[in-house]
Amino acid sequence: MSEEKSWREIPMGGLTWLNSIEYKTGEWRSFRPVVDHNKCTRCMQCVIFCPDIAIKYKPDVNMIEINLDHCKGCGVCAEECPVHAITMVKEKD
Amino acid sequence: MMGMNGDTACAYAVKQCNPEVVAAYPITPQTIIVEVFSEYVANGEVTTEFIPVESEHSAMSTSIGAAAAGARAYTASASQGLALMYEMLYIASGLRLPIVMTCVNRALSAPINIHGDHSDAMGARDSGWIQLYCENSQEAYDTVIQAWRIAEHKDVLLPVMVNIDGFILSHTLENVAVLPDDAVKKFIGEKKIPVVKKPNGELTPYVLHPDYPVSMGAIDLQDYYFEHKRQQAEAMKHALRVIKEVGEEYGGLTGRRYGLIDPYMMNDAELAIVVMGSTAGTAKYVADLMRSKGVKAGVLRVRSFRPFPRDEIVKALSKVKACAVLDRSMSFGSYGGPLFVEIRSSFCYECQKPIMINYYYGLGGRDTPPHLLEDVFYDLKKIAETGKTGEEIRYLGLRDDREADNYKAELISFKDLNEGKIGGR
Amino acid sequence: MSVVKPKDLALTEERLAPGHRLCPGCGEPTTVKLVLKASDDPVIVCSATGCLEVSTSIYPYTSWNVPWIHSAFENAAATAAGVEAAIKALKRKGVYKYDKVNVLAVAGDGGTFDIGFQALSGAFERYHRIVYLLLDNEAYMNTGIQRSGGTPSYASTTTSPDGRVIPGKIQTKKQISRIMVEHEPAYVATISAAFWQDLIQKAKKAFAADGPAFLHSITPCPRGWRHADNISIELCRLAVQTCIFPLWEAEKVEGKMVYKLSAPSKQIAKNPDKKKPVVEYLKLQGRYRHLFKPEEKTDLINKIQEWVDTEWDIILERCGEK
Repeated sequence: MSEEKSWREIPMGGLTWLNSIEYKTGEWRSFRPVVDHNKCTRCMQCVIFCPDIAIKYKPDVNMIEINLDHCKGCGVCAEECPVHAITMVKEKD
Repeated sequence: MMGMNGDTACAYAVKQCNPEVVAAYPITPQTIIVEVFSEYVANGEVTTEFIPVESEHSAMSTSIGAAAAGARAYTASASQGLALMYEMLYIASGLRLPIVMTCVNRALSAPINIHGDHSDAMGARDSGWIQLYCENSQEAYDTVIQAWRIAEHKDVLLPVMVNIDGFILSHTLENVAVLPDDAVKKFIGEKKIPVVKKPNGELTPYVLHPDYPVSMGAIDLQDYYFEHKRQQAEAMKHALRVIKEVGEEYGGLTGRRYGLIDPYMMNDAELAIVVMGSTAGTAKYVADLMRSKGVKAGVLRVRSFRPFPRDEIVKALSKVKACAVLDRSMSFGSYGGPLFVEIRSSFCYECQKPIMINYYYGLGGRDTPPHLLEDVFYDLKKIAETGKTGEEIRYLGLRDDREADNYKAELISFKDLNEGKIGGR
Repeated sequence: MSVVKPKDLALTEERLAPGHRLCPGCGEPTTVKLVLKASDDPVIVCSATGCLEVSTSIYPYTSWNVPWIHSAFENAAATAAGVEAAIKALKRKGVYKYDKVNVLAVAGDGGTFDIGFQALSGAFERYHRIVYLLLDNEAYMNTGIQRSGGTPSYASTTTSPDGRVIPGKIQTKKQISRIMVEHEPAYVATISAAFWQDLIQKAKKAFAADGPAFLHSITPCPRGWRHADNISIELCRLAVQTCIFPLWEAEKVEGKMVYKLSAPSKQIAKNPDKKKPVVEYLKLQGRYRHLFKPEEKTDLINKIQEWVDTEWDIILERCGEK
């Protein structure tokens, strides 16, 4: 959480000042997606369908990358992957 | 000088201000504003985007969208219309959008009534809008122009409601001195965008602009909502100063100076009527009449109800022996009308204070002729002489104003009703 | 319009940021991010009160990388109309930098079918050039899954619960998109995130339209529909495949609204054998569990199927496929 500010320090009208990219929703996760990059065909379905905007395609290495800071572990990527390159693994407590 | 009713005076002022967006829905007695402004649009006299919305709720919502996108936005409403946009009033002020609205004051249903009283605006008194009440059409014209300067002032950034009494001002022809178009344009100046500072020191314009991805209207919970309300309170405090500054500057231009209050013969007044809106005109006439009869009468017109000019009112009334506060709206179950309650509490810790009584008057457009206000001064005279306040909450111009003990309904069951216990077909 | 390559889409700037607090598997963000990617021009978003709004703007955080405003529940269309009008007037004054800015209103089924319908209808009649995106998750999810005008028959919600006497919502779903077509706007389309190519093409058309455009997205809600988090896209797909939510569009051609069936639904129209029974869609969702347990209520399931068939027929007729 961000440090709480006084009314004199914050912008008027409830204007936000932080981007949610700084907010880690990865802690919500109980299952973690694991990618088998050998199976992955770079079809982009997981990137397109990820509701958490947590999967990126890195063109320089031609790989997809899952950002575990934001992934909530819904499993849509694994479900939608046409070649079953993603498996959901239980997070350790 | 132009012959105009209050509504036309407002529309004319808006035309000269030429805001980017006007979104409005017609309602009696505000209709003339929308109609006259539509003519200006149809004749190409303004560059405004006029949006004849489908409801007052959308009138304010559209104004909010427009103002957030950096436009000057104007709307006008009354009564049920204002009540319908009530939700959005709080959002306009909470989002700190300097929208200007004319509220043509009218009674609220039920029973339905189209005539002037202050119930509509009083319902919105805590909505965070600046509320200015006009005495005549000239002031309506002048105040609409000043409203932009007040609303958009960097220390204020709050919406402004310019109140004019339904029919008495809205539909009555008066001579109104108007400024040349350029003078108005120069006075209100070009619309500027507020710049806000984020806690990291970064500056951001407070506007929806593609180059600055700001988020307005976020969900603001226990940790910050209170802080934002505190900011609004501060802005209202600044408005006390700004309303006077703008009124003075406008006076320099026109000779018509405006402030938070408008004291009439108050310097040596022993008896005073405190009132808002058009009835102040009648009260001033009656004060003259009383003066001619040797009574030291005065009138204190409150122009700015929000922000409430507590100090100025206390100063103006502290030497008065007795005063009558006139309320043109009811706060049911409250001990007195909204203006009375506020003025009385202003004097709570003052050593020198007048005896105060409260009159409800003019509800639903009930006429308040001079003789009724003369009666008020005579009542005050008696109170000042005897020191006996008598009934503190009174009704002016109401038939049979005795305290009632037999006003109640009877109840009957549906079964008895069906069986014709009280007649019927 | 040319087909969008998946890699190009994946590399398009994200206008919705991660770190939003929508539930895992929520159907909303996928649709929203895809629609936003479809605009090459700047977009200003006007959001109604709802899940999307509260989860993307928890002060002091925002998930919006585009200018965004939320004002109230029932007025996304009116707020968007104000933004659009302001831009028009500022352009007229010569003080606006951009030639084309898209204004996107986003609302749920509550803010569209019910409380926001008046503002929506008014804005479309006045022909503001706005795109209105309806995220239809078929109940008031933000307040805890209460029924709406968009809730389909026999779905159990907290205000249309499956009780001993009443089996969930007994009325049918309001056909909001067809009502919007009757406004004769520039464009109306139904979309499903599962068919993202179709979605992108339609969103592009909506942004390019010279008048109001309406996009109706079927938007699964794992909490409200009581389905597994990982099947929200599969449900988007099944909704189309069972024809409970057919994909079509209606465009104004020479002043007349012309309906057209979209490819995923057209395939079914051509090969009716491909039409899956609605039960396949229902059985995956806990909101219909009372139709299957303790015993299968065939009569009610059949009634849903009949409704689907009738509505599908109407769409086929409108699209000239019959």
